[in-house]
Amino acid sequence: MCLLGAACGAPAFAAADEDAGTWTMPARDYANTRFSPLEDITAANAGTLKLAWTFSTGVLRGHEAAPIVADGTLYLVTPYPNVVYALDLAEAGAIKWRFSPNPVASAQGVACCDVVNRGAVWSAGRLFFNALDNQTFALDAQTGAKLWQARLGDIRNGETITMAPLVVKDKVLVGNSGGEYGVRGWLTALDAQSGRIAWRAFSTGPDGDVLIGPGFRPFYPSDRGKDLGKSTWPGEAWRIGGGTVWGFISYDPSLDLIYYGTANPGPWNSVQRPGDNKWTSGIFARSPDDGAAKWFYQLSPHDLHDYDGINENILIDVDVGGRARHALVHADRNGYVYVMDRESGQVLSATPYVPITTSTGVDLETGRLRYAPDKEPQPGRTVRDICPGSPGGKDWQPAAYSPRTRLVYIPHQNLCQDTETAQTSYIAGTPYVGATLRMKPGPGGVRGRFTAWDPARAKAAWVIEEDLPVWSGALATAGDVVFYGTMEGWFKAVDARSGALLWEFKTGSGIVGQPVSYRAPDGKQYVAVLSGVGGWAGTVVANDIDTRDRTAAGGFANAVSDLPRKTTKGGMLYVFALP
Amino acid sequence: MSSRCRDRRGAHALCALALVLALGHADARELRVCADPDNMPFSDGERRGFENRIVELIASDIGATVAYYWLPQWRGFTRKTLLEGHCDVIPGMPAATRDVLTTAPYYRSSYALVFRADRVPGFTGLRDPRLPTLRIGVALPGIDATPSPPGRALARRGIFDNVVGFPVIRDVPVAKRMIDALASGDLDVAAVWWPQAGYFVALAHVPLSPAPLEPDDGDPPFAFAIAMAVRPGDAELRRTLDAALARLRPAIAAVLDQYAVTAPWPRAAAAR
Repeated sequence: MCLLGAACGAPAFAAADEDAGTWTMPARDYANTRFSPLEDITAANAGTLKLAWTFSTGVLRGHEAAPIVADGTLYLVTPYPNVVYALDLAEAGAIKWRFSPNPVASAQGVACCDVVNRGAVWSAGRLFFNALDNQTFALDAQTGAKLWQARLGDIRNGETITMAPLVVKDKVLVGNSGGEYGVRGWLTALDAQSGRIAWRAFSTGPDGDVLIGPGFRPFYPSDRGKDLGKSTWPGEAWRIGGGTVWGFISYDPSLDLIYYGTANPGPWNSVQRPGDNKWTSGIFARSPDDGAAKWFYQLSPHDLHDYDGINENILIDVDVGGRARHALVHADRNGYVYVMDRESGQVLSATPYVPITTSTGVDLETGRLRYAPDKEPQPGRTVRDICPGSPGGKDWQPAAYSPRTRLVYIPHQNLCQDTETAQTSYIAGTPYVGATLRMKPGPGGVRGRFTAWDPARAKAAWVIEEDLPVWSGALATAGDVVFYGTMEGWFKAVDARSGALLWEFKTGSGIVGQPVSYRAPDGKQYVAVLSGVGGWAGTVVANDIDTRDRTAAGGFANAVSDLPRKTTKGGMLYVFALP
Repeated sequence: MSSRCRDRRGAHALCALALVLALGHADARELRVCADPDNMPFSDGERRGFENRIVELIASDIGATVAYYWLPQWRGFTRKTLLEGHCDVIPGMPAATRDVLTTAPYYRSSYALVFRADRVPGFTGLRDPRLPTLRIGVALPGIDATPSPPGRALARRGIFDNVVGFPVIRDVPVAKRMIDALASGDLDVAAVWWPQAGYFVALAHVPLSPAPLEPDDGDPPFAFAIAMAVRPGDAELRRTLDAALARLRPAIAAVLDQYAVTAPWPRAAAAR
């Protein structure tokens, strides 16, 4: 089964690519491995990596995007105002063109957690990206000329778009953000030629709206039944029920299925929405052609802790009990790494990768998460040591997978939180009394970890502890070097097999971006990453938040109150190569 | 100021006058105010809200001019405005708001259950036996996983299925959307913060009445005292505002009356 060595553990669509030097989508491949087949940079020589060139984006907010590389050009999208730059790799990043979508300024006030953008996607000479004010753009990748633009949502309803689109066949797939404002989540497919909406699948409501039809075959009985997207909510709560779609999308061409997660239910408090609140905090498998749902699995039924299910789904083959399974690996906010059969939606294993107090495990018979009742938030009651806290064991920051080591490299946080006594708050003319969240380091005292996870053995192979949450993406390369960044601004190369630190470079600002690797026209392998702190974890710096307000930034200010002393804001692309 | 006076040799009298004014109103020559540009009846960009009116009263009392910094009062408002230094005062904040300094409260009001008198005659509030069969609107803050106080009170009583949620964050004030829904017959009852509701009830074309919300054991508070907020450490401005609020009590009461801000039911019910 694994005779090919290098390809072992990854399906053909993950690594076997003729264009080894390109990076055309944020996750590099449809399987979401973030694995570069380039092998010039190795564990033996990574220590000699040198800065090759830099590029200032001129933007100060959180830079979460992945640079995109195709046709000798590097493309990047900045946070709001979402300017796109095309940089010539034959001339150390000389600007070929720039494009300004001019999103409306008021979109900034709508975005919950900094005005980030997670990247563009290149396909057949076109570049697709989303702007914060709910617009998708298609550009001619050579010239930057606009081919079309499409408006998919309305900021006046609290909607924004921060995610990176995915192009599958002739469709551009885009999802929305804004669940806590009463946005009803959706994934929309646009026709790549025209920008017209081909289909839209809502995450709540009647089966017709969710694109659930006769082909829907969820593995567990609790996901079967008519119109569960309505009947698992009280009354009409589903109409504003959240379940937004702001993470990464995967695609398996052989099964012809796309996979993505849905966010938490909102804007209701859990006591106001008895029921499973489908189809929030779970994973959908759908046909890319018409959006028809194939299966759904609910990671956190009736979510209590803001555990979005949007984290990426990595499509790899995993040996489970001596049998190679076509798997989907998902490190969820709720603290478990799920290994699932991606054809059926069955959970093969669900194993904690961070300390968990909010649940006691996943019942593999029923698929249900077993909640711990004593950590259930109750209005007016103080609950301590909720682990993981609201950002989860891992938030949006995507993991990488190396088919050579068969390890999943997970950048994540180690945070718990207390809900504290009632505090009076006020929003748009309505006072209310709410619990306030205070995040704090989890057991062990460090706030971040970089974990190499062995999905077959369902345990960590090695762990690197970091002082601050690791909010950057991960990159794995065929030279057995793994890269990630820290919120202090260190960009690190570690040995893919041992986790030993091989090299590090201090960038100008904290790193919350997605590192990539490519081969430039000069034939050399490069590694690129955007530096520029921000995002939910970094917004205390990007938004100049006074960390004396320890419940600011959704409670994050308490956990990272020292961040303003460790870094400052500023967006810059850094590109590295061997001498 | 002093350098300009030095430059204008010969204009001593004028400079002396300016100096007196500056000393008399050391921190209030310009009252910098943060407010929502579209949040009637509190404030709007045309300065038509009752908070705008009260700010004008204070400014004139302390001899200041008013400069506004406008931003929707959504998540992070205090952080993005007052704490970033775009203004020195936010009018209309709950007196107990943390992480700011608040003045003495200048009004107190309560959530109310507004009902259509023609559809639920004699509706009495949380203990009305018809409650489980009525369509009830509640506002959903959606922040901090927090229910609005009336929403939580209803949930405690097992009332879910007939509750219609209204997200707070939309471009039309939530109370107006709920009052409109009452008028169109889409709701029978709406749980609204009375300072918002009174204004829109007066504009409605159908007979609407408020029933006071009175908390039972275990219910959250429905009444809130409202004050003005300044930055932590800005005690001097707070003293200035407190003194002005005290002097202006009758004039402020008249504005509040005009906008139907305080609850139109016996004082005891609202003050609990």
